[in-house]
Amino acid sequence: MTPELTERYSPLHQAHVDAGASFTDFAGWQMPVRYSSDLAEHHAVRTAAGLFDLSHMAEIRVSGADAAAYLDYALAGKLSAIALFQAKYSLILNAAGGIVDDVVVYRTGESEFLVIANAGNHFPALEALTKRAARFDVTVTDESDDTALIAVQGPNSLTILQATIGLTATDDLGALRYYRAMTGAFTDVPVLIARTGYTGEDGFELYVPINQALALWNALTTAGADHGLVPAGLASRDTLRLEAGMPLYGHELSEATYPAQAGLGRVVNLAKETDFIGRAASEEGPQAGSAVLVGLVSAGKRAGRASYDVYRTADAHTPEGMITSGALSPTLGHPVMMAYVSPSIARLGTEVFVDVRGTRIPATVTALPFYSRKP
Amino acid sequence: MTDQTTLQYTAEHEWVLIEGDTATVGITAYAAEKLGDVVFVELPAVGTGVIAGSIVGEIESTKSVGELFAPVTGTVTATNDGVVDSPELVNSDPFGEGWLIKVTFLELPPLLSHSEYSALTGE
Repeated sequence: MTPELTERYSPLHQAHVDAGASFTDFAGWQMPVRYSSDLAEHHAVRTAAGLFDLSHMAEIRVSGADAAAYLDYALAGKLSAIALFQAKYSLILNAAGGIVDDVVVYRTGESEFLVIANAGNHFPALEALTKRAARFDVTVTDESDDTALIAVQGPNSLTILQATIGLTATDDLGALRYYRAMTGAFTDVPVLIARTGYTGEDGFELYVPINQALALWNALTTAGADHGLVPAGLASRDTLRLEAGMPLYGHELSEATYPAQAGLGRVVNLAKETDFIGRAASEEGPQAGSAVLVGLVSAGKRAGRASYDVYRTADAHTPEGMITSGALSPTLGHPVMMAYVSPSIARLGTEVFVDVRGTRIPATVTALPFYSRKP
Repeated sequence: MTDQTTLQYTAEHEWVLIEGDTATVGITAYAAEKLGDVVFVELPAVGTGVIAGSIVGEIESTKSVGELFAPVTGTVTATNDGVVDSPELVNSDPFGEGWLIKVTFLELPPLLSHSEYSALTGE
């Protein structure tokens, strides 16, 4: 099930080494965790722009006459309903209604889609998508090894892309809406340019063949030099997505989590006319009383971290929740956390207590996201 | 700039400067780099008795939490208020302005030399 026993390297690895990056293992990949300062990288994305290497993520192409009907069956959403070059966030469910992976799907043709899976779920996602294709006229192709993914995120992203030498788009990039994509080219190779991201800021994600990835990275870096662009690592990506209230597989999402618990009920399209894997279980829904995902904020500087217990009161013996992600928010200046808690303490404004290494710290249930960019 | 070759070290990535019966303690640049940007430091109160190897403080970054271990048994005589107010000093000057506590001790346990510590971190 885990064919990779050796470390994997991004096609941009040498650029990261040259930029002084520290590396971390992410699903078997050696990826940049930070270049200099994760706080500086975080702030750069909120105020200017950050450049991310996301080449570890998996790209799975689905093509064939039945592609749209197949995805309606394989995924929780109604992918047949999306327009050409529209993007949609969706879920691969298991038969029990749990989450195999959360994905972004781009419609790249009338009968062609590109499914982006998490690096940590590359093989479970590929296996599920391949198995589910059996009775459809469709081809599922793993293009992950051939495709690099570079994200430019932050308010200056558009300006930077427009200033990048060699990068051309088929249409006006400025008119590209959020969660839409268009084709483009870098020098002479095709690039998919998508206005998507995982930071809570405006930004773009560029899918490029690996042999042109380094040249594109360098061209973006050059274009961004006058616009505050800095390379940004996975540490800042994590605090950015946490502030934006975005779930991370392995933290907020798992095979044992129902979408409804994670606040993703809307992603499961029960109005869809056709059957899909996980439909019956999703119609039943999670057991009454199942924990639900909430946001928590607290005062001070000490954040509850993943796996820390949440209590109803300062002296309760039995925990009624658990933190799944938490950090001192670089943008807001106070701790922000996501936690699964009993529905009876999930109401907005409820005061709860987080056990931070032996000290119970008061926290307040709050709406997600913690941070939204100004429109 | 402190001469790092004159310092002693622990396997928990602390540096120790011995002056008479006082040990000044901080975390190494290697540890600070691994932690990432430090955003919160909690230190023991002056006068606290500490035992070598016990946890006496916390150093939190956006990503993780590091524990401060007492390298010697003794009494805390000073803490660095500057680093509590400006935790980023741990990253910017770990061997200088980023020092954490001073402890008086009766007996010095075995510590690592600079070359032994360098071998440990592979740097």
